[in-house]
Amino acid sequence: MTKTFRLQRRLPRRHFLARATAATSALWLTGCDQLSRTEWFPRILNSVEPLNQAAAKLVGRRAMAQEFAESDKSPTFRSNGSDDPGTPQYEAWVANGFSDYALIVGGLVAAPRKFSLDELRALPSRTQITRHDCVEGWSAIGKWKGAKMSALIDIVKPKPEARFVMFYCADPMSMDGRDLYYESIDMDDAMHPQTILAYDLNDAALPVPNGAPIRLRVERQLGYKHAKFVTSIEFVESFDKIAGGKGGYWEDQGYQWFAGI
Amino acid sequence: MTAAATPASSGSGYLYYRHTLPVRIMHWINVIALTCLFMSGLQIFNAHPALNFGKSSYDGTPPTLEIGAREGANGQVIGVTRIFGKEFDTTGFLGAMRVDGQVVHSTFPPWMMLPGPQWLSMARSWHFFFAWIFVINGLLFILYAILSRHLSRDLAPTRDDLRGIGASIREHLRFKHASGEAAKRYNVLQKLAYLIVIFGLLPFVVLMGFAMSPWLDAVLAGWVDFVGGRQSARSLHFIIAWLLVAFVAIHVFQVIVTGLWNNLRSMITGRYRVSAKGAS
Repeated sequence: MTKTFRLQRRLPRRHFLARATAATSALWLTGCDQLSRTEWFPRILNSVEPLNQAAAKLVGRRAMAQEFAESDKSPTFRSNGSDDPGTPQYEAWVANGFSDYALIVGGLVAAPRKFSLDELRALPSRTQITRHDCVEGWSAIGKWKGAKMSALIDIVKPKPEARFVMFYCADPMSMDGRDLYYESIDMDDAMHPQTILAYDLNDAALPVPNGAPIRLRVERQLGYKHAKFVTSIEFVESFDKIAGGKGGYWEDQGYQWFAGI
Repeated sequence: MTAAATPASSGSGYLYYRHTLPVRIMHWINVIALTCLFMSGLQIFNAHPALNFGKSSYDGTPPTLEIGAREGANGQVIGVTRIFGKEFDTTGFLGAMRVDGQVVHSTFPPWMMLPGPQWLSMARSWHFFFAWIFVINGLLFILYAILSRHLSRDLAPTRDDLRGIGASIREHLRFKHASGEAAKRYNVLQKLAYLIVIFGLLPFVVLMGFAMSPWLDAVLAGWVDFVGGRQSARSLHFIIAWLLVAFVAIHVFQVIVTGLWNNLRSMITGRYRVSAKGAS
Protein backbone atom coordinates (compact mmCIF):
# COMPACT_ATOMS: atom_id res chain seq x y z
CA MET A 1 0.00 0.00 0.00
CA THR A 2 1.58 3.28 -1.06
CA LYS A 3 1.57 6.36 1.07
CA THR A 4 -0.69 8.30 -1.30
CA PHE A 5 -3.14 5.49 -1.47
CA ARG A 6 -3.37 5.38 2.28
CA LEU A 7 -4.00 9.12 2.49
CA GLN A 8 -6.74 8.89 -0.09
CA ARG A 9 -8.36 6.09 1.78
CA ARG A 10 -8.18 7.89 5.06
CA LEU A 11 -9.46 11.32 4.19
CA PRO A 12 -12.91 10.19 3.04
CA ARG A 13 -13.09 8.01 6.08
CA ARG A 14 -12.47 11.03 8.31
CA HIS A 15 -15.08 13.03 6.42
CA PHE A 16 -17.44 10.15 6.73
CA LEU A 17 -16.82 9.98 10.46
CA ALA A 18 -17.40 13.68 10.97
CA ARG A 19 -20.54 13.58 8.88
CA ALA A 20 -21.80 10.48 10.60
CA THR A 21 -21.22 12.06 14.02
CA ALA A 22 -23.00 15.27 13.01
CA ALA A 23 -25.89 13.34 11.48
CA THR A 24 -26.21 11.04 14.48
CA SER A 25 -26.26 13.90 16.97
CA ALA A 26 -28.73 15.90 14.88
CA LEU A 27 -30.96 12.86 14.55
CA TRP A 28 -30.61 12.11 18.24
CA LEU A 29 -31.52 15.68 19.24
CA THR A 30 -34.50 16.21 16.99
CA GLY A 31 -35.49 12.65 17.79
CA CYS A 32 -35.49 13.29 21.53
CA ASP A 33 -37.38 16.56 21.19
CA GLN A 34 -39.93 14.91 18.93
CA LEU A 35 -40.29 12.02 21.36
CA SER A 36 -41.01 14.54 24.13
CA ARG A 37 -43.91 15.89 22.06
CA THR A 38 -45.56 12.54 21.43
CA GLU A 39 -48.28 11.24 23.69
CA TRP A 40 -46.81 7.80 24.28
CA PHE A 41 -43.18 8.53 25.06
CA PRO A 42 -43.65 10.82 28.10
CA ARG A 43 -46.02 8.15 29.40
CA ILE A 44 -43.11 5.69 29.34
CA LEU A 45 -40.85 8.24 31.03
CA ASN A 46 -43.48 8.91 33.69
CA SER A 47 -44.03 5.22 34.31
CA VAL A 48 -41.35 5.50 37.03
CA GLU A 49 -43.44 7.98 39.01
CA PRO A 50 -45.21 5.26 41.05
CA LEU A 51 -41.74 3.79 41.67
CA ASN A 52 -40.49 7.14 42.98
CA GLN A 53 -43.47 7.36 45.27
CA ALA A 54 -43.29 3.75 46.45
CA ALA A 55 -39.57 4.06 47.17
CA ALA A 56 -40.14 7.29 49.09
CA LYS A 57 -42.96 5.80 51.17
CA LEU A 58 -40.84 2.74 51.83
CA VAL A 59 -37.87 4.63 53.27
CA GLY A 60 -39.57 7.42 55.16
CA ARG A 61 -43.30 7.38 55.41
CA ARG A 62 -43.36 9.15 58.76
CA ALA A 63 -39.96 10.81 58.62
CA MET A 64 -39.72 14.40 59.82
CA ALA A 65 -38.22 17.10 57.63
CA GLN A 66 -35.07 18.78 58.87
CA GLU A 67 -35.70 21.83 61.05
CA PHE A 68 -33.24 24.69 61.27
CA ALA A 69 -31.94 27.32 63.67
CA GLU A 70 -33.09 30.96 63.65
CA SER A 71 -29.66 31.87 62.25
CA ASP A 72 -30.25 29.71 59.15
CA LYS A 73 -33.30 31.72 58.04
CA SER A 74 -33.13 33.45 54.66
CA PRO A 75 -32.95 37.25 55.02
CA THR A 76 -36.08 37.58 52.90
CA PHE A 77 -38.32 34.69 51.97
CA ARG A 78 -38.56 34.60 48.19
CA SER A 79 -41.99 34.63 46.61
CA ASN A 80 -42.53 32.63 43.44
CA GLY A 81 -45.55 32.05 41.21
CA SER A 82 -48.48 34.34 42.01
CA ASP A 83 -47.47 37.38 44.07
CA ASP A 84 -51.01 38.67 44.42
CA PRO A 85 -54.25 37.04 43.28
CA GLY A 86 -55.59 40.53 42.41
CA THR A 87 -59.24 39.44 42.17
CA PRO A 88 -61.99 41.77 43.52
CA GLN A 89 -62.81 39.29 46.29
CA TYR A 90 -59.15 39.02 47.32
CA GLU A 91 -58.65 42.81 47.22
CA ALA A 92 -61.66 43.16 49.52
CA TRP A 93 -60.16 40.63 51.94
CA VAL A 94 -56.83 42.47 51.99
CA ALA A 95 -58.65 45.79 52.56
CA ASN A 96 -60.36 44.52 55.71
CA GLY A 97 -57.42 42.48 56.98
CA PHE A 98 -59.06 39.14 56.09
CA SER A 99 -61.67 39.75 58.83
CA ASP A 100 -64.46 38.28 56.68
CA TYR A 101 -62.29 35.57 55.14
CA ALA A 102 -63.42 32.03 55.86
CA LEU A 103 -61.82 28.75 54.91
CA ILE A 104 -64.49 26.39 53.60
CA VAL A 105 -63.89 22.72 54.44
CA GLY A 106 -66.08 20.06 52.89
CA GLY A 107 -66.25 17.04 50.62
CA LEU A 108 -66.15 13.53 52.09
CA VAL A 109 -66.34 14.65 55.72
CA ALA A 110 -68.83 14.02 58.51
CA ALA A 111 -68.80 17.64 59.71
CA PRO A 112 -68.25 20.19 56.94
CA ARG A 113 -67.76 23.75 58.19
CA LYS A 114 -66.11 27.12 57.77
CA PHE A 115 -63.17 28.47 59.73
CA SER A 116 -62.52 32.18 60.19
CA LEU A 117 -58.89 33.24 60.47
CA ASP A 118 -59.33 33.64 64.24
CA GLU A 119 -60.76 30.13 64.49
CA LEU A 120 -57.81 28.75 62.55
CA ARG A 121 -55.44 30.62 64.86
CA ALA A 122 -57.19 29.02 67.83
CA LEU A 123 -56.53 25.46 66.58
CA PRO A 124 -53.55 23.49 67.93
CA SER A 125 -50.55 24.93 66.10
CA ARG A 126 -47.00 24.08 65.20
CA THR A 127 -44.02 26.38 64.62
CA GLN A 128 -41.20 25.10 62.42
CA ILE A 129 -38.13 26.52 60.69
CA THR A 130 -37.91 24.56 57.46
CA ARG A 131 -36.36 24.68 54.03
CA HIS A 132 -38.55 25.35 51.03
CA ASP A 133 -37.23 23.56 47.94
CA CYS A 134 -38.47 24.95 44.64
CA VAL A 135 -38.73 22.62 41.65
CA GLU A 136 -36.52 25.13 39.82
CA GLY A 137 -33.61 24.25 42.09
CA TRP A 138 -33.41 27.09 44.62
CA SER A 139 -34.27 26.88 48.29
CA ALA A 140 -35.04 29.27 51.13
CA ILE A 141 -35.39 28.80 54.88
CA GLY A 142 -38.29 30.34 56.80
CA LYS A 143 -40.09 30.07 60.11
CA TRP A 144 -43.71 29.01 59.74
CA LYS A 145 -46.51 28.91 62.27
CA GLY A 146 -49.88 27.41 61.44
CA ALA A 147 -52.82 25.25 62.40
CA LYS A 148 -51.99 21.56 62.34
CA MET A 149 -53.78 19.90 59.47
CA SER A 150 -54.33 16.88 61.74
CA ALA A 151 -56.23 19.12 64.20
CA LEU A 152 -58.51 20.33 61.43
CA ILE A 153 -59.03 16.72 60.35
CA ASP A 154 -60.07 15.80 63.91
CA ILE A 155 -62.81 18.43 63.72
CA VAL A 156 -64.26 17.75 60.25
CA LYS A 157 -63.89 13.94 60.50
CA PRO A 158 -63.16 12.67 56.97
CA LYS A 159 -65.12 9.62 55.84
CA PRO A 160 -63.19 6.36 55.32
CA GLU A 161 -63.38 6.71 51.54
CA ALA A 162 -61.54 10.07 51.59
CA ARG A 163 -58.09 9.47 50.06
CA PHE A 164 -56.94 12.94 49.02
CA VAL A 165 -57.22 16.48 50.31
CA MET A 166 -57.74 19.18 47.69
CA PHE A 167 -56.65 22.76 48.30
CA TYR A 168 -58.36 25.41 46.17
CA CYS A 169 -56.76 28.83 45.98
CA ALA A 170 -57.65 32.45 45.26
CA ASP A 171 -55.00 33.06 42.58
CA PRO A 172 -56.00 32.74 38.92
CA MET A 173 -53.24 31.30 36.75
CA SER A 174 -54.46 32.72 33.43
CA MET A 175 -54.79 36.33 32.34
CA ASP A 176 -58.58 36.13 32.02
CA GLY A 177 -58.93 35.36 35.75
CA ARG A 178 -59.62 31.66 35.28
CA ASP A 179 -57.66 28.49 36.14
CA LEU A 180 -57.52 29.01 39.89
CA TYR A 181 -54.47 27.39 41.43
CA TYR A 182 -55.11 24.13 43.23
CA GLU A 183 -53.17 21.29 44.76
CA SER A 184 -53.71 17.95 46.46
CA ILE A 185 -51.99 15.71 48.99
CA ASP A 186 -52.73 12.23 50.27
CA MET A 187 -53.99 11.41 53.78
CA ASP A 188 -50.49 10.36 54.93
CA ASP A 189 -49.20 13.83 54.22
CA ALA A 190 -52.35 15.48 55.58
CA MET A 191 -51.84 13.71 58.94
CA HIS A 192 -48.09 14.38 59.06
CA PRO A 193 -47.16 16.46 62.15
CA GLN A 194 -45.34 19.08 60.03
CA THR A 195 -48.27 19.60 57.65
CA ILE A 196 -49.79 22.91 58.69
CA LEU A 197 -52.01 25.66 57.37
CA ALA A 198 -49.52 28.46 57.89
CA TYR A 199 -50.72 31.94 58.87
CA ASP A 200 -47.38 33.36 60.13
CA LEU A 201 -44.05 33.65 58.35
CA ASN A 202 -40.98 34.70 60.34
CA ASP A 203 -43.05 35.80 63.38
CA ALA A 204 -45.39 38.09 61.40
CA ALA A 205 -48.71 37.59 59.67
CA LEU A 206 -48.16 35.81 56.34
CA PRO A 207 -47.51 38.53 53.72
CA VAL A 208 -49.58 38.62 50.51
CA PRO A 209 -46.72 37.53 48.18
CA ASN A 210 -46.18 34.42 50.33
CA GLY A 211 -49.86 33.38 50.28
CA ALA A 212 -51.92 35.39 52.80
CA PRO A 213 -53.95 34.56 54.72
CA ILE A 214 -53.31 30.77 54.57
CA ARG A 215 -50.70 28.68 52.81
CA LEU A 216 -50.23 24.95 53.01
CA ARG A 217 -46.89 23.73 54.31
CA VAL A 218 -46.25 20.14 53.24
CA GLU A 219 -42.59 19.82 54.13
CA ARG A 220 -40.81 16.94 52.30
CA GLN A 221 -42.37 18.02 48.99
CA LEU A 222 -41.38 20.68 46.47
CA GLY A 223 -42.66 24.25 46.62
CA TYR A 224 -45.49 23.92 44.12
CA LYS A 225 -47.33 21.55 46.50
CA HIS A 226 -47.42 24.33 49.13
CA ALA A 227 -50.63 25.97 47.89
CA LYS A 228 -50.86 29.70 48.67
CA PHE A 229 -54.03 31.84 49.21
CA VAL A 230 -56.04 28.74 50.20
CA THR A 231 -59.80 29.44 50.24
CA SER A 232 -61.30 25.97 50.47
CA ILE A 233 -60.38 22.39 51.26
CA GLU A 234 -62.18 19.34 49.93
CA PHE A 235 -61.72 15.70 50.92
CA VAL A 236 -62.13 13.44 47.87
CA GLU A 237 -61.76 9.84 46.83
CA SER A 238 -60.18 10.72 43.51
CA PHE A 239 -59.15 13.89 41.65
CA ASP A 240 -59.54 12.41 38.16
CA LYS A 241 -62.51 14.66 37.39
CA ILE A 242 -61.16 17.84 38.97
CA ALA A 243 -59.71 20.45 36.55
CA GLY A 244 -57.08 18.70 34.39
CA GLY A 245 -57.41 15.54 36.45
CA LYS A 246 -53.79 15.38 37.59
CA GLY A 247 -54.31 16.72 41.11
CA GLY A 248 -52.82 20.20 40.79
CA TYR A 249 -52.29 23.19 38.53
CA TRP A 250 -48.66 22.34 37.76
CA GLU A 251 -49.43 18.63 37.62
CA ASP A 252 -51.89 19.44 34.84
CA GLN A 253 -48.95 21.12 33.02
CA GLY A 254 -46.86 17.94 33.23
CA TYR A 255 -45.18 18.16 36.63
CA GLN A 256 -45.12 15.15 38.93
CA TRP A 257 -47.94 14.75 41.47
CA PHE A 258 -45.50 13.20 43.93
CA ALA A 259 -43.10 16.10 44.44
CA GLY A 260 -40.84 14.51 47.02
CA ILE A 261 -37.97 14.51 44.50
CA MET B 1 4.29 -0.01 16.60
CA THR B 2 3.02 3.43 17.34
CA ALA B 3 -0.57 3.63 18.36
CA ALA B 4 -2.11 5.17 15.29
CA ALA B 5 0.12 3.79 12.55
CA THR B 6 -1.45 0.42 11.80
CA PRO B 7 -5.14 0.21 11.14
CA ALA B 8 -6.18 -2.17 13.85
CA SER B 9 -8.74 -3.95 11.75
CA SER B 10 -6.16 -5.25 9.33
CA GLY B 11 -2.88 -6.97 9.93
CA SER B 12 -1.74 -9.97 11.83
CA GLY B 13 -2.36 -11.23 15.30
CA TYR B 14 -5.45 -12.87 16.70
CA LEU B 15 -8.84 -11.95 18.08
CA TYR B 16 -9.06 -12.02 21.84
CA TYR B 17 -12.41 -12.21 23.65
CA ARG B 18 -12.07 -9.09 25.76
CA HIS B 19 -15.52 -7.99 26.96
CA THR B 20 -18.23 -10.41 28.06
CA LEU B 21 -21.77 -9.92 26.80
CA PRO B 22 -23.17 -8.55 30.11
CA VAL B 23 -20.36 -5.97 30.30
CA ARG B 24 -21.01 -4.89 26.70
CA ILE B 25 -24.76 -4.56 27.22
CA MET B 26 -24.38 -2.70 30.50
CA HIS B 27 -21.73 -0.42 28.99
CA TRP B 28 -24.04 0.75 26.21
CA ILE B 29 -27.05 1.09 28.51
CA ASN B 30 -24.83 3.26 30.68
CA VAL B 31 -23.81 5.39 27.68
CA ILE B 32 -27.45 6.09 26.85
CA ALA B 33 -28.52 6.64 30.47
CA LEU B 34 -25.65 8.97 31.34
CA THR B 35 -26.10 10.96 28.13
CA CYS B 36 -29.80 11.48 28.84
CA LEU B 37 -29.11 12.23 32.50
CA PHE B 38 -26.46 14.82 31.67
CA MET B 39 -28.45 16.58 28.96
CA SER B 40 -31.74 16.63 30.91
CA GLY B 41 -29.75 17.71 33.98
CA LEU B 42 -28.52 20.77 32.09
CA GLN B 43 -32.13 21.61 31.17
CA ILE B 44 -33.11 21.26 34.85
CA PHE B 45 -30.18 23.51 35.85
CA ASN B 46 -31.45 25.98 33.24
CA ALA B 47 -34.52 26.62 35.44
CA HIS B 48 -32.27 28.17 38.09
CA PRO B 49 -28.83 28.70 36.56
CA ALA B 50 -27.01 29.51 39.77
CA LEU B 51 -24.92 27.54 42.25
CA ASN B 52 -24.78 28.20 45.97
CA PHE B 53 -22.97 26.45 48.77
CA GLY B 54 -24.79 26.14 52.09
CA LYS B 55 -28.09 25.10 53.58
CA SER B 56 -30.22 27.23 51.25
CA SER B 57 -29.89 29.47 48.18
CA TYR B 58 -30.72 32.54 50.21
CA ASP B 59 -28.40 32.69 53.18
CA GLY B 60 -27.07 36.19 52.60
CA THR B 61 -24.18 35.14 50.38
CA PRO B 62 -24.29 35.58 46.59
CA PRO B 63 -24.14 32.54 44.28
CA THR B 64 -20.68 31.16 43.52
CA LEU B 65 -21.63 30.69 39.87
CA GLU B 66 -24.41 32.36 37.96
CA ILE B 67 -25.18 32.20 34.26
CA GLY B 68 -27.59 34.79 32.91
CA ALA B 69 -28.23 37.34 30.23
CA ARG B 70 -28.77 41.08 30.09
CA GLU B 71 -29.61 43.61 27.45
CA GLY B 72 -26.77 45.57 25.87
CA ALA B 73 -26.78 49.26 24.86
CA ASN B 74 -28.19 48.47 21.41
CA GLY B 75 -30.84 46.10 22.71
CA GLN B 76 -28.76 43.01 21.90
CA VAL B 77 -28.72 40.06 24.30
CA ILE B 78 -25.45 39.57 26.18
CA GLY B 79 -24.59 36.32 27.95
CA VAL B 80 -23.14 36.99 31.38
CA THR B 81 -21.40 34.45 33.58
CA ARG B 82 -20.49 35.44 37.12
CA ILE B 83 -18.09 33.22 38.99
CA PHE B 84 -16.60 34.03 42.42
CA GLY B 85 -17.93 37.58 42.01
CA LYS B 86 -16.15 38.13 38.66
CA GLU B 87 -18.23 38.83 35.61
CA PHE B 88 -17.46 37.53 32.11
CA ASP B 89 -19.11 38.13 28.75
CA THR B 90 -19.88 34.59 27.57
CA THR B 91 -22.17 35.43 24.65
CA GLY B 92 -22.09 32.56 22.19
CA PHE B 93 -21.80 29.65 24.57
CA LEU B 94 -23.21 30.53 28.03
CA GLY B 95 -26.20 32.73 28.89
CA ALA B 96 -26.91 33.88 25.35
CA MET B 97 -26.18 32.31 22.00
CA ARG B 98 -27.22 32.18 18.39
CA VAL B 99 -30.23 29.93 17.84
CA ASP B 100 -31.80 29.84 14.37
CA GLY B 101 -29.88 32.96 13.34
CA GLN B 102 -30.84 35.02 16.38
CA VAL B 103 -29.02 35.62 19.66
CA VAL B 104 -31.36 34.54 22.44
CA HIS B 105 -31.20 33.91 26.19
CA SER B 106 -30.35 30.30 27.03
CA THR B 107 -28.12 28.99 29.80
CA PHE B 108 -26.46 26.38 27.60
CA PRO B 109 -26.68 25.86 23.84
CA PRO B 110 -30.02 24.08 23.18
CA TRP B 111 -28.19 21.18 21.48
CA MET B 112 -26.62 20.32 24.84
CA MET B 113 -29.95 20.14 26.64
CA LEU B 114 -32.79 17.65 26.71
CA PRO B 115 -35.30 18.88 25.71
CA GLY B 116 -33.53 21.66 23.80
CA PRO B 117 -35.93 24.53 24.50
CA GLN B 118 -36.84 25.46 28.08
CA TRP B 119 -39.08 22.71 29.45
CA LEU B 120 -38.44 21.85 33.09
CA SER B 121 -41.19 19.28 33.66
CA MET B 122 -40.20 17.23 30.61
CA ALA B 123 -36.52 17.41 31.57
CA ARG B 124 -37.43 16.06 35.01
CA SER B 125 -39.38 13.21 33.42
CA TRP B 126 -36.33 12.25 31.32
CA HIS B 127 -34.00 12.65 34.28
CA PHE B 128 -35.90 10.45 36.74
CA PHE B 129 -36.62 7.75 34.16
CA PHE B 130 -32.97 7.41 33.20
CA ALA B 131 -31.93 7.75 36.84
CA TRP B 132 -33.73 4.45 37.54
CA ILE B 133 -32.18 2.84 34.44
CA PHE B 134 -28.74 4.10 35.45
CA VAL B 135 -28.97 3.00 39.10
CA ILE B 136 -30.38 -0.46 38.33
CA ASN B 137 -27.82 -0.96 35.55
CA GLY B 138 -25.03 0.24 37.85
CA LEU B 139 -26.03 -2.07 40.68
CA LEU B 140 -26.27 -5.02 38.28
CA PHE B 141 -22.82 -4.17 36.93
CA ILE B 142 -21.27 -4.09 40.39
CA LEU B 143 -22.97 -7.38 41.28
CA TYR B 144 -21.77 -8.95 38.01
CA ALA B 145 -18.28 -7.52 38.38
CA ILE B 146 -17.93 -9.10 41.81
CA LEU B 147 -19.51 -12.49 40.98
CA SER B 148 -17.77 -12.93 37.61
CA ARG B 149 -14.48 -11.77 39.16
CA HIS B 150 -14.27 -9.02 36.52
CA LEU B 151 -13.56 -6.69 39.45
CA SER B 152 -10.80 -8.71 41.07
CA ARG B 153 -9.28 -10.00 37.83
CA ASP B 154 -9.46 -7.03 35.47
CA LEU B 155 -10.14 -3.89 37.50
CA ALA B 156 -8.31 -4.25 40.81
CA PRO B 157 -4.70 -3.04 40.46
CA THR B 158 -2.07 -5.62 41.40
CA ARG B 159 0.88 -4.80 43.60
CA ASP B 160 3.07 -4.70 40.47
CA ASP B 161 0.58 -2.31 38.88
CA LEU B 162 0.82 0.07 41.81
CA ARG B 163 4.60 -0.05 41.79
CA GLY B 164 4.50 0.89 38.14
CA ILE B 165 2.32 4.00 38.52
CA GLY B 166 5.23 6.37 37.86
CA ALA B 167 6.20 4.55 34.67
CA SER B 168 2.58 4.41 33.55
CA ILE B 169 2.17 8.17 34.03
CA ARG B 170 5.29 8.77 31.94
CA GLU B 171 3.99 6.48 29.19
CA HIS B 172 0.62 8.24 29.14
CA LEU B 173 2.28 11.64 28.93
CA ARG B 174 4.23 10.46 25.89
CA PHE B 175 1.03 8.94 24.39
CA LYS B 176 2.73 5.56 24.37
CA HIS B 177 0.25 2.72 24.55
CA ALA B 178 0.55 -0.93 25.31
CA SER B 179 0.39 -3.28 22.35
CA GLY B 180 0.54 -7.01 21.79
CA GLU B 181 -0.11 -9.18 24.82
CA ALA B 182 0.17 -6.20 27.18
CA ALA B 183 -2.87 -4.55 25.54
CA LYS B 184 -5.08 -7.36 26.80
CA ARG B 185 -4.93 -5.98 30.31
CA TYR B 186 -6.00 -2.57 31.58
CA ASN B 187 -3.03 -0.44 32.62
CA VAL B 188 -2.84 0.85 36.16
CA LEU B 189 -4.03 4.40 35.43
CA GLN B 190 -6.92 2.97 33.46
CA LYS B 191 -7.84 0.67 36.34
CA LEU B 192 -7.68 3.50 38.86
CA ALA B 193 -9.72 5.80 36.62
CA TYR B 194 -12.42 3.15 36.21
CA LEU B 195 -12.47 2.38 39.94
CA ILE B 196 -12.68 6.08 40.89
CA VAL B 197 -15.58 6.56 38.47
CA ILE B 198 -17.43 3.33 39.35
CA PHE B 199 -17.04 3.48 43.12
CA GLY B 200 -16.44 7.20 43.67
CA LEU B 201 -17.95 9.69 41.25
CA LEU B 202 -21.01 7.72 40.15
CA PRO B 203 -22.28 6.71 43.61
CA PHE B 204 -21.54 10.22 44.87
CA VAL B 205 -23.43 11.92 42.06
CA VAL B 206 -26.41 9.68 42.87
CA LEU B 207 -26.12 10.51 46.57
CA MET B 208 -26.04 14.23 45.78
CA GLY B 209 -29.14 13.69 43.65
CA PHE B 210 -30.86 12.07 46.62
CA ALA B 211 -29.74 15.02 48.75
CA MET B 212 -31.74 17.38 46.55
CA SER B 213 -34.94 15.47 47.28
CA PRO B 214 -36.84 17.06 50.18
CA TRP B 215 -38.38 13.67 50.96
CA LEU B 216 -35.11 11.73 51.05
CA ASP B 217 -33.53 14.52 53.11
CA ALA B 218 -36.13 13.83 55.78
CA VAL B 219 -35.32 10.11 56.02
CA LEU B 220 -32.45 11.00 58.34
CA ALA B 221 -33.06 14.69 59.02
CA GLY B 222 -29.89 16.73 58.58
CA TRP B 223 -27.79 14.13 56.74
CA VAL B 224 -27.23 16.54 53.84
CA ASP B 225 -25.25 18.77 56.19
CA PHE B 226 -22.27 16.44 55.76
CA VAL B 227 -21.57 18.25 52.51
CA GLY B 228 -22.64 21.62 53.90
CA GLY B 229 -26.35 21.49 53.14
CA ARG B 230 -28.82 20.95 50.33
CA GLN B 231 -27.58 23.73 48.07
CA SER B 232 -24.01 22.46 48.45
CA ALA B 233 -25.32 19.05 47.37
CA ARG B 234 -26.91 20.59 44.27
CA SER B 235 -23.65 22.34 43.37
CA LEU B 236 -21.66 19.13 43.90
CA HIS B 237 -24.15 17.19 41.75
CA PHE B 238 -23.48 19.70 38.96
CA ILE B 239 -19.69 19.68 39.39
CA ILE B 240 -19.46 15.87 39.44
CA ALA B 241 -21.60 15.72 36.30
CA TRP B 242 -18.94 17.79 34.52
CA LEU B 243 -16.14 15.67 36.02
CA LEU B 244 -17.89 12.68 34.45
CA VAL B 245 -17.94 14.53 31.12
CA ALA B 246 -14.20 15.09 31.54
CA PHE B 247 -13.76 11.35 32.19
CA VAL B 248 -15.78 10.48 29.10
CA ALA B 249 -13.73 12.95 27.01
CA ILE B 250 -10.47 11.31 28.11
CA HIS B 251 -11.98 7.83 27.73
CA VAL B 252 -13.13 8.51 24.17
CA PHE B 253 -9.78 10.14 23.35
CA GLN B 254 -7.97 7.01 24.53
CA VAL B 255 -10.36 4.80 22.60
CA ILE B 256 -9.56 6.76 19.43
CA VAL B 257 -5.79 6.92 19.79
CA THR B 258 -5.39 3.26 20.78
CA GLY B 259 -7.35 2.06 17.76
CA LEU B 260 -10.91 3.24 17.34
CA TRP B 261 -12.26 0.31 15.33
CA ASN B 262 -10.53 -2.35 17.35
CA ASN B 263 -11.75 -0.86 20.64
CA LEU B 264 -15.22 -0.22 19.33
CA ARG B 265 -15.50 -3.77 18.00
CA SER B 266 -14.37 -5.17 21.32
CA MET B 267 -17.22 -3.32 23.04
CA ILE B 268 -19.71 -4.53 20.41
CA THR B 269 -18.72 -8.10 19.50
CA GLY B 270 -16.37 -8.60 22.42
CA ARG B 271 -13.39 -9.41 20.14
CA TYR B 272 -10.23 -7.37 20.37
CA ARG B 273 -7.37 -7.86 17.91
CA VAL B 274 -4.08 -8.47 19.61
CA SER B 275 -1.21 -7.59 17.29
CA ALA B 276 1.37 -10.30 16.77
CA LYS B 277 4.32 -7.98 17.16
CA GLY B 278 5.50 -7.14 20.64
CA ALA B 279 5.65 -3.73 22.22
CA SER B 280 6.96 -0.82 20.18
